[in-house]
Amino acid sequence: MTVFLQNLVNALQWGSFYALIAIGYSMVYSILMLFNFAHGDVFMTGAYIGCGIALLLVGLGSAGILVLPGWLVLVLTLLLAMVVTACLGMFIERVGYRPLRDAPRASAAITGLMIGIILETGNLILLGAQRVKFPALIQPVTYELGGVFVTNQKIMIVIVALGLALALHQFIRRTRWGMAMRAMAFDYAVVPLMGVPINRIAALTFALGSGLAAAAGILFGMAYPVLDPYMGIVFGWKSFVAAILGGRGSILGATLAGFLLGFIEIFVAMVFPSTLRDFIAYSIILLILVFRPYGLFGEPYSVRLRL
Amino acid sequence: MSLLAVENLSVSYDRIRALHGISFTVEEGEIVCIIGANGAGKSTTLRAVSRLVKAEPGSRLRFADKDLLAYGPDRVVSELGISHVPEGRRLFENLTVLENLRLATFARRDTERIEADLRRMFRLFPRLEERRNQKAGTMSGGEQQMLAVARAYMSGRRLMLLDEPSMGLAPLLMMSLFDALRELNAEGTTILLVEQNARLALQFARRGYVMENGRLVLAGEARGLLENPEVRRAYLGG
Ligand SMILES: Nc1ncnc2c1ncn2[C@@H]1O[C@H](COP(=O)(O)OP(=O)(O)OP(=O)(O)O)[C@@H](O)[C@H]1O
Ligand SMILES: [Mg+2]
Repeated sequence: MTVFLQNLVNALQWGSFYALIAIGYSMVYSILMLFNFAHGDVFMTGAYIGCGIALLLVGLGSAGILVLPGWLVLVLTLLLAMVVTACLGMFIERVGYRPLRDAPRASAAITGLMIGIILETGNLILLGAQRVKFPALIQPVTYELGGVFVTNQKIMIVIVALGLALALHQFIRRTRWGMAMRAMAFDYAVVPLMGVPINRIAALTFALGSGLAAAAGILFGMAYPVLDPYMGIVFGWKSFVAAILGGRGSILGATLAGFLLGFIEIFVAMVFPSTLRDFIAYSIILLILVFRPYGLFGEPYSVRLRL
Repeated sequence: MSLLAVENLSVSYDRIRALHGISFTVEEGEIVCIIGANGAGKSTTLRAVSRLVKAEPGSRLRFADKDLLAYGPDRVVSELGISHVPEGRRLFENLTVLENLRLATFARRDTERIEADLRRMFRLFPRLEERRNQKAGTMSGGEQQMLAVARAYMSGRRLMLLDEPSMGLAPLLMMSLFDALRELNAEGTTILLVEQNARLALQFARRGYVMENGRLVLAGEARGLLENPEVRRAYLGG
């Protein structure tokens, strides 16, 4: 039982990473009919941006210029990195995807792959091959609850991830911008007739998704401090799986599917040798998709593309 | 000066011409209709006015003495007040009735006027108020057409473009919908209507145009067109 609970805690942590990245995939896919295959690398870039900001703030602290408590450095790092990465997402949309809005979907998909490669190699050119280490911002504290060990960091990761997912869900349910996003997910072509500037909605979609990916990058950097330029690839693919498993355009679905992915991976590893982990885990997910081809929570949408 | 003046409008889809340099006008306060068979180019004409399809060089479109071609599709609605009820209604079926109406006011800042317009629509179509928290996709065809009109009105009411609003409606519902449209017209909304149902359109409108293969071939007072032997033979069943 304690082993189970211990693994549950780890599954929640990994699920947090997957969920935050999957949400961005899911939003862009449902609103713009686009698989943004650069998204995993946006997560990677967000982690590096966060790392840079954190190092800067820590450096300012140790030089005595701006001494801030660790938790405040973390909050500032999260906020600033999310904003900067959101701008990167909007830039990618503007130069990479908007010109291809009416192009065949395959062209847009390979655009994403190319942007991903550019981000990875750009990172290598900029920083060289040396590994970058994410600074420790909060003092680790380990709590023991009936034999289960939980660190304050894991608790924080799960709370931040759930909080962001919930905030986004509310934004999409309650604001007129969110309403426009839901309308675009249903029937893209009619939205301009409502006086809605769809380019701004597209930019917003990329900004939100990229901001969440940056948060995932920073949380990941807190838990596994060594960053590398290719860390976004596997994460990207797995989160993409979670996005599709969650169902088209469903924030809740993408979040839950992200956590489900975390659970399946961790619990498979609990039973089988870890070399078999992904083999078995993704066979299970393949089976789920065979029985629920629209994912867990797919929203309905119009099949008409043009007016 | 006409409210809408279209001159020499040409539109192509993938190099195939759908409109061949058509010209027409709509005066402030008028109801004008364009009738024509399947594929004549009626919907394309409305799409061009809404700036959803590109007008070819040489086309001139003016609205209230402004160059319509200088506006993008969302600004045609939000800044010029031209609304468009698309063919087949195209409601956001995943949103509620009220959300559909509110989304149409996305760019509007005149909060009080928005609330007044909303009350106006609920008075015109009481069914919509009863069902305001229901998903639009779960309503009957007639209710959906009412919502399509109300949504367009909320987005802009200077000129309303209507693409086959009678499609799929029972005669009684059709009549009450057109009565509602006449009320809106009496309150100042200019209407450009496109219909395959020529009799209905010509009874409703003041003036009409007849479109064939991307060209306007006849124009005149609606009553005159109803009497016109060619129109009677081709569109009114003899
Ligand atoms: N998206 C499109 N792509 C290519 N061709 C199109 C497209 N939309 C319309 N067309 C073509 O343009 C011509 C005019 O079409 P349009 O929809 O304007 O006709 P319509 O008069 O509205 O017909 P209907 O009464 O059937 O609605 C037709 O030949 C049609 O095939
Ligand atoms: Mg048509």
